[in-house]
Amino acid sequence: MAKKNLRFQSIAGSKVFSALIVLALLLLFNLFFTKNFFVITIHDGHLFGTLIDILNRGAPLMLLSMGMTLVIASTGGTDLSVGAIIAITAAMASKLIGGNLVMDTAAGVQTYVTETPMALAIVIALVTAMLLGLWNGLLVAYGKIQPIVATLVLMVAGRGIAQLITSGQIITIYYGPFFFVGGGWLLGLPFAIFIAIFVFIAAQLLTRKTSLGLFIASVGGNAEASWYAGINEKAVKLFSFIFCGFCAGAAGLIICSNVKSADANNAGLNTELDAILAAVIGGTSMSGGKFSLSGSLVGALLIQTLTTTIYAFGVPPEVSLVVKSLVVVLVCFLQSSVASGFFGQLSGRVRA
Amino acid sequence: MKIPGVRGLKIANPKYLSVAAATVLVIIAFVYGSVSYRGFFSLQTFLNLFIDKSFLLVSAAGMSLVILSGGIDLSVGSVLAFTTMVIASLTEFAHMNPALAALIALAAGSLMGLGMGLVIAYWNVPPFIATLAGMFFARGACYLISIQSIAMRDKTLQALALWKLRFGGAGFISFNVIIAALVILAGIYISLYTKFGRNIYAIGGSESSALLMGIPIQKTKILIYTINGFCSSVSGVVFSLYMLSGYGLHAQGMELDVIAAVVIGGTLLAGGTGYVFGSVFGVLTLGIIQSLIMFNGKINSWWTKITVGVLLLLFIGLQRLIVALGNRKSA
Repeated sequence: MAKKNLRFQSIAGSKVFSALIVLALLLLFNLFFTKNFFVITIHDGHLFGTLIDILNRGAPLMLLSMGMTLVIASTGGTDLSVGAIIAITAAMASKLIGGNLVMDTAAGVQTYVTETPMALAIVIALVTAMLLGLWNGLLVAYGKIQPIVATLVLMVAGRGIAQLITSGQIITIYYGPFFFVGGGWLLGLPFAIFIAIFVFIAAQLLTRKTSLGLFIASVGGNAEASWYAGINEKAVKLFSFIFCGFCAGAAGLIICSNVKSADANNAGLNTELDAILAAVIGGTSMSGGKFSLSGSLVGALLIQTLTTTIYAFGVPPEVSLVVKSLVVVLVCFLQSSVASGFFGQLSGRVRA
Repeated sequence: MKIPGVRGLKIANPKYLSVAAATVLVIIAFVYGSVSYRGFFSLQTFLNLFIDKSFLLVSAAGMSLVILSGGIDLSVGSVLAFTTMVIASLTEFAHMNPALAALIALAAGSLMGLGMGLVIAYWNVPPFIATLAGMFFARGACYLISIQSIAMRDKTLQALALWKLRFGGAGFISFNVIIAALVILAGIYISLYTKFGRNIYAIGGSESSALLMGIPIQKTKILIYTINGFCSSVSGVVFSLYMLSGYGLHAQGMELDVIAAVVIGGTLLAGGTGYVFGSVFGVLTLGIIQSLIMFNGKINSWWTKITVGVLLLLFIGLQRLIVALGNRKSA
């Protein structure tokens, strides 16, 4: 009995718990004030509804927040370049796939054909994203440049590179099968969700079932001490940045497939901040060392639910930023020691 | 190697090396520009760096204090935009005296800084997150005033914007540069010659040690973010005089420019090491990168972005190299 109580205390004290409370509050708000928020309908075997939409739209942010989590955990710094990596990946994919109108002589209809085999295009785009992550990692691990500044270089230059790839234009994709990545359905659910879940499970296994997670926490806690303890701290940092690049690449593919085009200027704009926010709300320490991938997932869901709520409830766009800031402050308050002291007293009084 | 009694070696002290590196870089870039482009070598080109970047200088002074304490402030661009919005709306719609409007805007900016400081100090929220919320809030507050750009047609503001301090025929500076110089001097004074300044360095060096030394950490932090809110607002006043308009989209992404300037100026993001003075050279570095591209004139928009990125990398890399070489020599 006492042990059970203790366990509840530790959960209640954790930061993810506060994020979950705010998420629950948001959902409760929607239950009362937003029409049809929880209604899920089935069309042609696909599930539709606001909740599904949150998962679907939130998939890129979930991916980004997972990559960001490992970067924050292993370096105590952040990766500002994920938005630029999204733009580059989207540009690469749309440039490689494009879509040419070809007359199918046998059937007599016109069909769109990809310029490069789609699988190859996706692999090239993802490998590019990982190389960009590697570049960031090299600057941080070997160049010993502080992560924010090191990734700022790619953040500034990256959009230029994306524009270079697209020749400064918005490239539209016409090749049908590619739309499956960001708009397809599997088992009644949007395919993007499966990508996010797959990466989550893979990352969770890597960090929980192998010693990699321990290494990341150790390097983030104290890189020098880890080095003396025989951990290859540079390799660990490189891995984190490459993983972050991969996540940004996957998010870029989803976004680009979803809007069927690549906009070098606006694809993934300001997403780096949301990703960092998601990771920190989820309990990852910004000084490095402590991280939780599932927490980041909760953080990403919270941010996406908030965004969707703002749209669904019909908050005027000019107020939405203020609302967002207030919710962030609320989460911060719940996670602070002031709040836990307050609620601790409250629960103590209830018990007495 | 330390030689007792020799004071001339002060510049070789690793503490000053980063600032020295930034200074050297600015000189190299200026010489390169003068050799490569006709008309680059003039007093006015140099003074224009200060005129065009005066708002960055003001903000960099405040940001230096924040970063020296081991924190970060992402809200500066938004608070700047909010200030321009407040001044524009008060002078245009309420026909208020611009000085009074500026004072109200400064008070509002300082209050926002105070709010963030309180959240950071009492709730132990990472500065990155607290000021990110502040950034959303200030931007949102702009749109609450108006989603459109408001032109400032007030006579006093326009006269002040056009005012020039001439140095004979050689060149001139604007009113903004004087404000920026005052704020920078105040920043240097606060950081080096006051107790509060020493507390900032102590907290940035090691917060737990500072706590054990009995330094009032919470009070100092709250003051730091309030001062930076004030600086962002002053920077907004400067920006108002520069653009003569209030707009919610002003200075988007400026926070990263300021942070980059402070870091190039030799201040460590980890806190505790660096000088407000160095940030001036950081801002000048960013300014010179822009002037070089402008004088070149042949690069299209995407190559400009790539060039800025590459130059940024070059400067950061060179800075690290100079510091590393200097450390080896002094060791």
